[in-house]
Amino acid sequence: MRSTAIALENVSVSFAASSQHDVLRHINLKISPQEQVAIIGSSGAGKTTLLETLAMARQPSKGVYALNNQQPWQLSSAARHELRASIFLVPQIPPLPPRQRVVTTVLAGKLPRWSFWQALSSLIYPTQSPVAFAALSAFDMQDKLYARVDRLSGGERQRVSLARLVASDANIMLVDEPLSALDPTLAASVLSAIQREASVRSATLICSLHQVELARLHFPRLVGVRDGSILFDLPQAAVTDELIKQLYANQYITPMATARDARIPQSGLLPLQEGNVC
Amino acid sequence: MAHILSQSATTHLPKDAAWRGRLTLLIVVGALLYPSLVATQFKPWQLFDAQSSQSTMQFIAHFLPPKFTAEFLIELLKSAWITVAIATCGMCFALFTSVPLTLFVSSRFSISRLGRAKMATLPFCVRQLLRWLLVALRSIPELVFALLLVRIFGLGPTAGVVAIALSYSGMLAKVYAEIIESSDEHASHTLMKNGSSRLQAFLYGTLPQCSYELLSYTIYRWECAIRSASIMGMIGAGGLGQQLDAALKMLEGGEVATILIVFMLLVGLADAASSAFRKWLN
Repeated sequence: MRSTAIALENVSVSFAASSQHDVLRHINLKISPQEQVAIIGSSGAGKTTLLETLAMARQPSKGVYALNNQQPWQLSSAARHELRASIFLVPQIPPLPPRQRVVTTVLAGKLPRWSFWQALSSLIYPTQSPVAFAALSAFDMQDKLYARVDRLSGGERQRVSLARLVASDANIMLVDEPLSALDPTLAASVLSAIQREASVRSATLICSLHQVELARLHFPRLVGVRDGSILFDLPQAAVTDELIKQLYANQYITPMATARDARIPQSGLLPLQEGNVC
Repeated sequence: MAHILSQSATTHLPKDAAWRGRLTLLIVVGALLYPSLVATQFKPWQLFDAQSSQSTMQFIAHFLPPKFTAEFLIELLKSAWITVAIATCGMCFALFTSVPLTLFVSSRFSISRLGRAKMATLPFCVRQLLRWLLVALRSIPELVFALLLVRIFGLGPTAGVVAIALSYSGMLAKVYAEIIESSDEHASHTLMKNGSSRLQAFLYGTLPQCSYELLSYTIYRWECAIRSASIMGMIGAGGLGQQLDAALKMLEGGEVATILIVFMLLVGLADAASSAFRKWLN
């Protein structure tokens, strides 16, 4: 039997205390070590929340979350925080504070393994800049090692944020829409770089994507999320065009011609369901 | 979108409904201000009263010319040095206590709150207790601290240093925490979600965006500390304040004027130091 890296058992997640609007509903998901999984689905389906739940950045309101057969939410907050070092989540918006240099930003991926004094001394003189250089090279960004992050373009910022993932020691890599600011050619090569890095270090990779074609081309397993639930969880070959169509068919956004009617309050029809937005 | 607008029944410009609320607010503020003016016996027309303006003019004329003898200037320079030293030492000690206090008080760096709506009970209680400590520290004016401390340390600058350290650590920690909490939490939260400690998240996520604000507020507070240190001199903590107190008591207008000029120079210097620091950071 294969071991599991992460498992969700009947997990629901809600933002507010009341569970009337669960963002995720009854999710069952098992991911083995070294697996590479793509999560697809329309905007607001719950992809980001799913990744955040997997990263222990969000506590499930119901169900069981297990990481390497341990239940982090049963542990003390300090013990749980220690486990966070093995997982790395790259958020969709690059988390780069202005005025920071690229080298510092990338080396921040090492922080969970560093002591406070190491972190402080690296701010004064970055002794591990070769690590940052190598990580940036994976995305052809090594020229910007000592540049300031607020002087980079959107695509460059996204790649710097991914270089931080490469610099980290995590063995579970969660990546939220890593290609949103990249052109199609760059997108394919960046995705390959992430996958290569994951297989070289034998890490698990879970990646949410809007580029369905790239996801079907690059990932052996695809999870389709719709409306807070898993619509399908299938190997690449079993994902049909019909399923994709079903995944993205939208019951809420009416075509432009009838959108006008939706503005009239008494009709009671809203273009987007409340609590549906992540 | 145009066709949507043309479909609506409105044919003329509707009235702005927001102005009523603004007018009400203005009236309420005015109604609250009036009793305050009465309580403070605010009578600005007294400025134009012939008798009082004449006596003011006499008092100001008394300041002229400022006293610029070499001997007095050297004495002032020594006093100014003591005042700046009191302010600087006080600020340094305040920094030592306020920086850790800030990190403890700010809910931004709560690890127990990560992924959950509420932080755990114990951290919440510790944060609340520290918040109350900060309120206590800054609610007591530094002058009152100094009056108490003069009894412990005796007359001299030490009382001033400790007084500034105590009340400024409360003020600094509060404002630092507010600056940090008003900054974008995305960078620091991402670091903590990925397993960094709170201090690391502060250094790598928060400090780069807040450093300017934190630094300029610190320098502004140092400027305030110089003023406080001068005032404390008047109750026996030494420095420029003592000179000012003596000059006022002896009715030496010229000396008072020179001391005020030195004050202005000091504050101007602090201002220049602040902008030089910002340039250096850039």
